[in-house]
Amino acid sequence: MIRRVILALTVVAGTCAGAQELTERIGATTAAQELRVRSTTDLDVLRPVLERFLDTRPGTAILYEQWLSNNLYRRSVTECEAGTPGADLVISSAVHQLVEFVNRACAASHVSEATARLPPRLSWRDELWGITREPAVIVYNRDLVPPEEVPRSRFDLLDILRNAPDRYAGRIATYDIEASGLGFLFAYADSLEATTFGGLLEAFGRTGAVATCCSAEIMAGVLNGDYLIAYNILGSYAFDLAEENPDLGIVAPSDYTLILARGAVVPRGARNYMMATQLVDFLVSTGTQDTLRRANLHIDLDALLEKGAVPDGTGASQLRAIELSPKLLVALDRHKRLLFKEVWQNAFSQD
Amino acid sequence: MSEETAPRTTLSLQARIALAIGSVVAVGGILVLIAALAYGRHAAREAFDRLLVGAASDIAESITIRDGAPIVDMPVSAFELLALAPRDRIDYRVVGRDGDTLTGSDVTPRPENTGTPVFYGATFGGEPARYVSVTRRFAERGYTGPVEVIIGHTLHARRDLAFDIAQNAVVVLGAAGVVIAVFAWLAVLSALRPLARIGDALARRTPTDLSPMSEPAPREVAALRDALNSFIARLQRQLDANRDLIADTAHQLRTPLAAIRVQLDAVTEEKDPGQQRALLDRARNRTVALSRLLDQLLSQGLVIHRGDSARRELLDLRDIALEIYEASELEIAMNGHSVSLDIPDTELWVSADRLSVTEAGKNLLGNSIRHGVPPIAFGVSRANGEAHLWVRDAGNGPDATILARMDTRFSNGASAGAGGLGLAIAHAVAVNHGGRLVPFCDRGGFEISIVLPCAAAS
Repeated sequence: MIRRVILALTVVAGTCAGAQELTERIGATTAAQELRVRSTTDLDVLRPVLERFLDTRPGTAILYEQWLSNNLYRRSVTECEAGTPGADLVISSAVHQLVEFVNRACAASHVSEATARLPPRLSWRDELWGITREPAVIVYNRDLVPPEEVPRSRFDLLDILRNAPDRYAGRIATYDIEASGLGFLFAYADSLEATTFGGLLEAFGRTGAVATCCSAEIMAGVLNGDYLIAYNILGSYAFDLAEENPDLGIVAPSDYTLILARGAVVPRGARNYMMATQLVDFLVSTGTQDTLRRANLHIDLDALLEKGAVPDGTGASQLRAIELSPKLLVALDRHKRLLFKEVWQNAFSQD
Repeated sequence: MSEETAPRTTLSLQARIALAIGSVVAVGGILVLIAALAYGRHAAREAFDRLLVGAASDIAESITIRDGAPIVDMPVSAFELLALAPRDRIDYRVVGRDGDTLTGSDVTPRPENTGTPVFYGATFGGEPARYVSVTRRFAERGYTGPVEVIIGHTLHARRDLAFDIAQNAVVVLGAAGVVIAVFAWLAVLSALRPLARIGDALARRTPTDLSPMSEPAPREVAALRDALNSFIARLQRQLDANRDLIADTAHQLRTPLAAIRVQLDAVTEEKDPGQQRALLDRARNRTVALSRLLDQLLSQGLVIHRGDSARRELLDLRDIALEIYEASELEIAMNGHSVSLDIPDTELWVSADRLSVTEAGKNLLGNSIRHGVPPIAFGVSRANGEAHLWVRDAGNGPDATILARMDTRFSNGASAGAGGLGLAIAHAVAVNHGGRLVPFCDRGGFEISIVLPCAAAS
């Protein structure tokens, strides 16, 4: 059984495809320059980082548009083909879409000391940069999931679903890969990483797991007890919410934890290229990492240990960063998606 | 006259060799660079073309027919292969039998030629790119026909690899150039050291030291050393000759001068005018003899001096004979002799120093006039391919002891007189010219010849 929840989020209700969910201008109203940033990230999460950037640039304001990843990708590609980029900087968690965007020669190149310091896995062609480190985590409700049943790894999750299928029936949630670019990316990365993914899909299907579109929706479900466990949730949202909701338990799977580096690209022909690349430098510079860390956008192994999301003794080898490379093009291949969705639907449609 | 200009010092040998090696390395470097670039491009193209075919085959292998339609389970490994060119964008397309795009980009260019694999170039997103097309044929129940896999990528990695290869070649070449230059420099330094050694040795010498240099030297420098040594030897001979001339002159002049003084002393003590007159005559005769001796000493000095230094020229010996005859005419007349001149009709060429040979001939003729018995004959002739300048008279010739000593520098004692000296001069001249002095005595008289090798007529 599939339960799909269509979600209308926050201030501006986006009803038609290609429309942003939210638009807000940050910075002085009198600012002469305007940097147009399109992002899949909640503005509230990024706001402190952007405000710090604007602190040193009184003449600049940021016009921030919040988009759903698939819509953002389609709009960006359309604008690229028309040669009229509508944004100076595009930030998306669906990095496979950004890789495709770069592969289309839609992105502008930029090299600086700050971007050169990025590890090779987290940048491509000096056109795409990984600005965050966000693990894909398992979220659970502390009140409803007894400590002994808390899944520390995917194997634990499989065991739980096998041993107590009734209690968890319909109360496991994950992203809908068709509605969420990020969900597809995580599922796809899982499928490359280990065979456990097949077992998980099968178990999800058997227990009637819920695939839905958005982080906020899933988190709300976990908090109000609709869902007991949510799989492959973006760590930044989870840790943010956990700060105010102690009921929310977070686990970074100890078999392996996917790490997503949210990507940033400057569209070719961006009106405010200079300012956009400055923002890129600012975002990837070591000085900004603390700000990002406070916003739960830079969660490395130390942060995971500190937050108790992984047991002591976990090594860096368990963290698998999703590489920003042309390999991600496969995730957008027509047939590949078809085949992948088939497997997905087969799992989720069984009763 | 203006002051002498200093001898010109030309570009140093080290600079010349540095220049030569520099040009060799530069020209070689350019050639190697061109070759390396060409090779690098070729190697990079080969390497990455294989990568492309590998990826395309990988994709072709992953095609299956489902429900009568090809479906591509795009393998990540294909893209991992292509990601080995880390900065290159990738374009791909899978085309079915009807020309319909199954997956990938709809606008990826297709090859103009048929075959598999086909490589071709095209542009991808405004950049040049290299494509390969690989065709896989299916004969399944639902689908019979080809499926074409096209994959291409931009050329950054190819250029980088080509540049890398060329750069490595240039680095190696540069290192080799430096090594060559260093070794060449050392070789030049070591090659020029003998020159400096010879220069030092010369500079260190005392002004009177004219011994030959014994510094060891490599063959090329040995030539210079030997030339210097031969120059020093010539200098030594000249000095020796000068010294000998002074010693000879002093020695030869002492006895006649003493005799003249004795006679002049006797004149002052003699009261009888007749006796006085006779003594003065004798003193006068002595002075005449003395002045002749002086002439000969000078000509000996001249001959010896010229022996080493004078330039040889091609001479007709008949001209020399005439010259000698004319120069001696006064003396012939004074002695009241008649001298017959015997000269052939044809030229008689020798390579000789005119002055030396003339002096030698004058001495021989003078000896005959003064000491010989008329009739006196003088002439030149050719015999056995050699040129003879001869003087003959009817006398018995000089003493055997004088003849035996004619090869010494001067005859010992005043009694030998100017005659022995004349022989010595003639002998020295003959030997200096690669010839000899031949005395000959028989019943008919005495003949003496300067025998010189004939020269080819010019």
